Amino acid sequence: MSAAGADPDDIPLFAASRKVYPQSVSGPFRRAKWLILFLCLGIYYLLPFLRWDRGPYLPNQAVLADIANNRFYFFFIEIWPQEVYYFTGLLILASFILFLMNAVAGRVWCGYLCPQTVWTDLFLAVERVFEGDRRERMRRDAEPWGFDTLWRKGAKHAVWLVIAWWTGGAWVLYFADAPTLVRELATFTAPLSAYVWIAILTFTTYALAGIMREQVCKYMCPWPRIQAALTDDEALNVTYRYDRGEPRVSVKQAAKLRAEGAPAGDCIDCFQCAAVCPTGIDIRDGAQVDCIQCGLCIDACDNVMTKIGRPTRLIAYDTEGNIQRRLAGLAAIYRLVRLRTLAYAALIVIVGGAMLWQLATRSTAAISVLHERSPLFVTLSDGSIRNAYAVRLLNKRPEHRPFALTVSGLPGIRIESVGVAPSADLRPVVTVDPDSSREVRVLVTVPAGVPLSPSQAITITASDLFAGETVRADDHFMAPGGQL
Amino acid sequence: MDQKHDAPQVDAVTGYSTTGHEWDGIRELNAPLPRWWLGVFYACILWSIGYWIVYPAWPLLTDTTKGVIGYASRSEISVEMAQLKAQRAAQATGMADATPAQIKADPTLFQIAMAQGKAAFGDNCAACHGVGGVGAKGYPNLNDDDWLWGGSPAAIQQTIRHGIRVAGDNDTRVSQMPAFGRDGVLKREETVAVASHVRELAGLPTEPKADLVLGRKVFADNCAACHGAAGKGNQELGAPNLTDAISLYGMDMASLTETIANSRNGVMPGWAGRLDETTIKALTVYVHSLGGGQ
Ligand code: SF4
Ligand code: SF4
Repeated sequence: MSAAGADPDDIPLFAASRKVYPQSVSGPFRRAKWLILFLCLGIYYLLPFLRWDRGPYLPNQAVLADIANNRFYFFFIEIWPQEVYYFTGLLILASFILFLMNAVAGRVWCGYLCPQTVWTDLFLAVERVFEGDRRERMRRDAEPWGFDTLWRKGAKHAVWLVIAWWTGGAWVLYFADAPTLVRELATFTAPLSAYVWIAILTFTTYALAGIMREQVCKYMCPWPRIQAALTDDEALNVTYRYDRGEPRVSVKQAAKLRAEGAPAGDCIDCFQCAAVCPTGIDIRDGAQVDCIQCGLCIDACDNVMTKIGRPTRLIAYDTEGNIQRRLAGLAAIYRLVRLRTLAYAALIVIVGGAMLWQLATRSTAAISVLHERSPLFVTLSDGSIRNAYAVRLLNKRPEHRPFALTVSGLPGIRIESVGVAPSADLRPVVTVDPDSSREVRVLVTVPAGVPLSPSQAITITASDLFAGETVRADDHFMAPGGQL
Repeated sequence: MDQKHDAPQVDAVTGYSTTGHEWDGIRELNAPLPRWWLGVFYACILWSIGYWIVYPAWPLLTDTTKGVIGYASRSEISVEMAQLKAQRAAQATGMADATPAQIKADPTLFQIAMAQGKAAFGDNCAACHGVGGVGAKGYPNLNDDDWLWGGSPAAIQQTIRHGIRVAGDNDTRVSQMPAFGRDGVLKREETVAVASHVRELAGLPTEPKADLVLGRKVFADNCAACHGAAGKGNQELGAPNLTDAISLYGMDMASLTETIANSRNGVMPGWAGRLDETTIKALTVYVHSLGGGQ
């Protein structure tokens, strides 16, 4: 920080980042974080190996982004490229869930669920195993490095790299059959892109979780800025209850003051909350953008309060509104159900419900019809009029499906399809391969003598001969229109 | 607005120092960027220098620097085109050994033939026959079921290979309707009369003053040999059916007398030497599948 009176052009616009040495802590929030960490990482690393039977024609991997074949599989759901709106819906849903979490209990995402937080937590744990806790690490870094420090740091980085490599390795497994790819990777026969992606993710994981850590949250991530705009006085946030903590005095001093009936705060200024903080801040400075709201300072302070025999939760999930109320001598109120949370919850229900409804009622077949433009119509030698259409049939089921085509809308109207044999009742039967689409050229003919205007509506219908599912498309039948 | 510089000071509320910039009493806080951001910026500059060296970058007067790895988006295209060619060649072997009928029976080959045929048709045929074979006066519509020279796959293939009235090709489709008027075979009133009779054969109304008796006689003497007594035509001779709802040059009296007096004798080039056999086969399948194939 420049001294007052210095030339304005000389003040430092860049600062060296201060290394943070978070101390280990125990307590309910730490336990919750461990639980979430194991759950999330367990899912991430193991999910690609989960199998899901989809019959002989489709992959049996439960979660698979099959880029080459343009399919995305998630358990019983299979998404085609034209259904990307499901992903749009998921993103919308995810934002509303984030908003709701924020309106109820602040940055739950940042503190417990964000990959940046989860992996950083894991990397910090590894660091502690090799280099010891906060004080020891600070001492090591201050001293000249001896052999002991060197091998410990070396081992830490080696383990970090292994975790990072495993992270990248798990990532690519979501894009190909996992057991096959693992075998290929081990025998160096996997596609080059797999190795490249593993290398990229190894690097990013190592750099973001090992080196960058809280710098990502402080300087790179947009969410802290967004969340600052979303919070309000009634949202629970990790809060230092300064109404109870101030003035900060030592234990002895406090006992003395209380005996005299003078005001004494519960905060003993031990800096335990700041020591455990993974972003290196002091929660007692108030709500701040750098606080990821991991709750670890709550655990740290609770341990201290228990030791000195004062009530716990001097730092707690609380609201700014409550602090003001208590300062004014009123009782605290928790208003978690309020317009904002209700609105977010309603939006989540609406969007999620619409998506579920769409998913449950979506058909496994589809038809699209494109009228041939050149020629719009053809007069045949017997005077009948014919129109041609490109008809595309989609079969989203994992089996061959025969679709019978029929046409309606005009007297005597007939349908045939080029290169497709008709059934006994003269309906062309188009068989579509499992999980694919097929385009056929369809000819629709109206006999001579039927009065026709230049354009009339017709309907082309495709019915699955086995499952009975029927899809239809409306189009037009063009004719010369009176003259002739 | 009044902007001033003064000495940086410490802001009482935030504890941050200020930059010394002040606008109407509002001071800018100095929240220094971490130095590594600056490092990233310099690293990007270094990276871009690497880019200049590795990839084509600097514009020169007539060209650009080439870059040490010799990358060009053009060469990526050539690689992809080569792959496409190889893929097509592999498909072509399947098509080369199959007859048009066999191709139509095999969904995969059929799909390839249709795609290839459509492209080749657009490149070579659409100039006369129109996009999608829609036809025009004098250029047959290939979507209908009326064929001058036959609509079977074999007949279509033969027509595409050798064309119509191609000089010097012994296998070409050839027939010659005389120019009855120009050559002085029919007198004017005979021409008009036979034209009226042709309309009569096609079931079209004729003018009340038309001499249909003369027309019938002229038709029997001059036209029936090729077009048949009932005017049903003969594909062996390329003689069109005059009774159906389709005509190449028009069935109004003016067009008919013009056709009879001067004859038409349109030509189509033979494609045997210009297109390879597989392409011709694909074209055959495509044309046959437009809707009129027999
Ligand atoms: S642990 Fe509690 S008492 Fe100690 S400094 Fe933090 S808030 Fe104050
Ligand atoms: S201040 Fe507390 S809640 Fe916020 S990041 Fe630090 S330890 Fe976590």
